[in-house]
Amino acid sequence: MPETNSVQAPTPTLEVPFESWGRYPTYPARMIPLNWQTDFPAALAGLHNGALPVGMGRSYGDVCLLKGGNLLLTTGMDRLLHFDTETGILTAEAGVTLAQILDFAVPRGFFLPVTPGTKYVTLGGAIANDIHGKNHHVAGTFGAHVTEFELVRSDGSRRICSPTENLDFYAATIGGLGLTGVITWAKLRMKPIVSRGIDYEGIQFHGIDEFLDLTRQSEHIEYTVSWIDCASTGKNFARGVFMQGDHSKVPAELKPSPEPKLVFPFDAPGFALNHATVSLFNTAFFHKQLKPRVVALQDYEPFFYPLDKVLHWNRMYGKNGLLQFQYAIPWESAREGTIAILQEVAKSGLASFLAVLKAFGDVPSPGMMSFPQPGITLALDFPIKADKSFPLFERLADMTRDFGGKLYPAKDAAMTAAQYQTFYPQWEQFARYRDPMLTSSFWERVTGDRPTL
Amino acid sequence: MSTSPATSSSLQTAGHSGPKKILVLGATSGIAEATCRIWAKQGARLFLVARNADKLAAVAADLKTRGASYVDTAAVDLDDTAQHPALLAHAVNSLTGMDVAYLAHGVLGDQPRAEQEFAHAAQILHTNFVAPVSLLTWLSNYCVQRHAGVLAVISSVAGDRGRKSNYLYGSSKAGLSAFLGGLRNRVDREGVTVLTIKPGPVRTAMTSAMKGSEKFADVNKVAQSIAAAIDKRKDTLYVPFQWQPILFVIRNIPERVFKKLNL
Ligand SMILES: Cc1cc2nc3c(=O)[nH]c(=O)nc-3n(C[C@H](O)[C@H](O)[C@H](O)COP(=O)(O)OP(=O)(O)OC[C@H]3O[C@@H](n4cnc5c(N)ncnc54)[C@H](O)[C@@H]3O)c2cc1C
Repeated sequence: MPETNSVQAPTPTLEVPFESWGRYPTYPARMIPLNWQTDFPAALAGLHNGALPVGMGRSYGDVCLLKGGNLLLTTGMDRLLHFDTETGILTAEAGVTLAQILDFAVPRGFFLPVTPGTKYVTLGGAIANDIHGKNHHVAGTFGAHVTEFELVRSDGSRRICSPTENLDFYAATIGGLGLTGVITWAKLRMKPIVSRGIDYEGIQFHGIDEFLDLTRQSEHIEYTVSWIDCASTGKNFARGVFMQGDHSKVPAELKPSPEPKLVFPFDAPGFALNHATVSLFNTAFFHKQLKPRVVALQDYEPFFYPLDKVLHWNRMYGKNGLLQFQYAIPWESAREGTIAILQEVAKSGLASFLAVLKAFGDVPSPGMMSFPQPGITLALDFPIKADKSFPLFERLADMTRDFGGKLYPAKDAAMTAAQYQTFYPQWEQFARYRDPMLTSSFWERVTGDRPTL
Repeated sequence: MSTSPATSSSLQTAGHSGPKKILVLGATSGIAEATCRIWAKQGARLFLVARNADKLAAVAADLKTRGASYVDTAAVDLDDTAQHPALLAHAVNSLTGMDVAYLAHGVLGDQPRAEQEFAHAAQILHTNFVAPVSLLTWLSNYCVQRHAGVLAVISSVAGDRGRKSNYLYGSSKAGLSAFLGGLRNRVDREGVTVLTIKPGPVRTAMTSAMKGSEKFADVNKVAQSIAAAIDKRKDTLYVPFQWQPILFVIRNIPERVFKKLNL
C-alpha cells in the first residue's frame, strides 16, 4: 500500500512532459520517482523502453530526455549523509541540489569547489555532465572534486567508484551523461571560505585581443568570465565586460541566502526577443558598467547566479524555447575560431541574448567524456526559430570542428551523429560502460543507436 | 486555543531547558522528514520510528548531518500494536524525556480494492485509526502524568467529508480526527496539547519538475506550518490554510446534492 505522505509523489504516470531548460525538444515520458537509494533498479520492474536518471532538468537540450521512455526523477534523494568539517568532505545523495548544499555549507564556512551559472542543479546532474565553472582555469571540472560515489546498475550491482576503486566506472560516469548507471550518493570536497563576499572587478574590453590579454593577466584570479556583445559589428565588434573575483579574505558573518521571489510568469510572445531588442539589451549591459573598470565587494549570489533570482527565466524566450550553443576550441585556433564564429553569428541576423566567453585551463578531468579542454569556450543563447536556427547551428558546429574544437552535450539539441563522433572519438570505448537499460534521446540521436532494451 | 504562551521557547520551559525532545512515528514519510529537518537545524533530540531500516538510516544520517544533537531510531511496523508500550517506553528513555510526539504514519490504501475486500478495508482502518489510538493512549497518559507535552497528529482534509473516491481512507481519518477532538477535550486541562493536522495534496521535491504540480502545496512550506503550529500549541491546522474555507463549504453542501456529485 502506498504510504499517505508520499502519495503526493506520483505513482508512475504516462505522458507527462518533463521539460529541459531549453524547452526544446519536448517529449512525453513516464516519470518514476527514485526517493531512496534502494529504489533503483526495483522501480523499473515491468517497465519497457529503457530509462534515464534525471535531476533538475537544467540541461538545455536532450541529454535529460528520453522520448517514450522512463525518466527516473532523482530529486527525492536529497539527504545529506555526512559532513567532515576537518577535511570539508560532504557525503550527500545525488538528488540534492547545489542550492541545498550551499544553504547547508555556507553558514558553516564552506563553498562549492566548482559551480555552474545556476545553483538549481543536482549533485548527480553536475557529475554526469562534468560541469565547469568560472574557476576552470585553476580548479578543473566538478568531477575533479568528487572523491567517491556509488553507482547502481540495472542488474542490481552496486559499485563504489573512486580514483582507487573501480577507476574505469569512475572515469566513465563523470561526464557519462547518466548512461552508466544511477549515482545514488557522492562525496564532494568543499572548500573553506570566511565570507559570503567576492572581491569583484569588472573591466570593459574591445575585441578578442583585449580579452586574451586580460585572460593572461588574470591567471592567478580564481574566477573569471566574460560577457560579450555579439549583436554589434564594426568598431564595437566583440566588445564586452571581463568579470573576475576571489572569495573575500576579510572574515564576515556567513548568513544563509534569502529565497528567490520573482517567477517569470508567462511565455513571452515570440516577437519579444529579436535583433533590435537584443542589441538594446547588449548595449545597455555594456554601458551599465559606466566606467572602464569597476571594483566592488559583491555577494556570491549575484556574482555566480545573476539569473537565479528570476525562477524560470527561460520562459522569456517564448513557447518555442531556446538553445545554447557552446564550443571549446583549443588555443592554437582559439582566437581565429572565435572571431570567425562571432562574425558568422552577426551575419546570420539571429540574436543571441547572452553570450559568455571564458578560457579553459589545463587541469585534467578524471572523466573520459568530459567537454572542457584547454582553450576558449563560448556559450551563446538563441531563441529557437525552426527554419533559421538549425541551419546556423549546423554551420557553427562545422566551423567548430574545422578549428579542432567540440560542442557541449549539456547545451545541445542539434549536432549530428557525424559531428558528435568527430568531437568525441572515444564514444565507442565509452559505450561499453553504458548500462543496457539506460539511454537518452541525446544518445540515440548522436549514435544513431536505439539500443535493444 | 490553549492557555500557554505562543512562543517556541514555551516548549523548552515546559519542564526543562535544552533542545526539544521529539518522537517521530512514520519518520520516512515526506512531510515528517521535511518537518524533522527544521527541528534538526534547531539542534533537537530525535527518536525516529519507521518500518524500513535502510530508509530510516538515510533519514537519520541526514538529520544528524543537519544539526540534530541526538538521533536514535527503531525499525518497527507500527501495525503491531502489541509492541507499542515497549517501543514508546524505550523511545522516551532514549530521548531522556519527551516534549513532542509527532504521528505521521498512515496509508492511502486502494479504494476500489477496499470496496470488494473487507480485509483490505480493515487494514486501512487499522493502520490509520486503530494503531494511532493505541499509540496515543500510551502517549497521552505519559504526558498527563507530567502535565506537559504536545501530541501532533497528521489526519487529513479527506476526513472532513466522505467521498466516493476515497471514503475508506477518509473515514479512517474522520475517526482519527474525532478521537483527537475527544482526547484534546480530556487532556487540555492537564497542560497537554493535541494538534490535529489536516494537509491537502502536497508536492514533494520529486514532483516539482512536472507540469501541474504548481497547484500542490510545497512540502517544506507544509512542514514549516506544522512546526510553527506545534510551537504555538494550536489545536487544528489546515495546511495550506486555504483548505479551511474550502472544506467549510464542502462540509455544508446538503447531502441531497452531495450524493449526486462526482468527487
Ligand atoms: C542558467 C544556467 C547556467 C548554466 N551554467 C553552466 C555552467 O556555467 N557550466 C556548465 O558546465 N553547465 C552549466 N549549465 C548546465 C547545467 O549545469 C548542467 O546541465 C547540469 O548537469 C544540470 O543538472 P541537473 O541536475 O539539472 O541535471 P539534468 O539536466 O536533469 O540531467 C543532466 C544529466 O545528468 C544525468 N543524471 C542526473 N542525475 C543523475 C544520477 N543521479 N545518476 C546518474 N546520472 C544522472 C542525466 O541523465 C543527464 O544526462 C547551466 C544551466 C543553466 C540553466
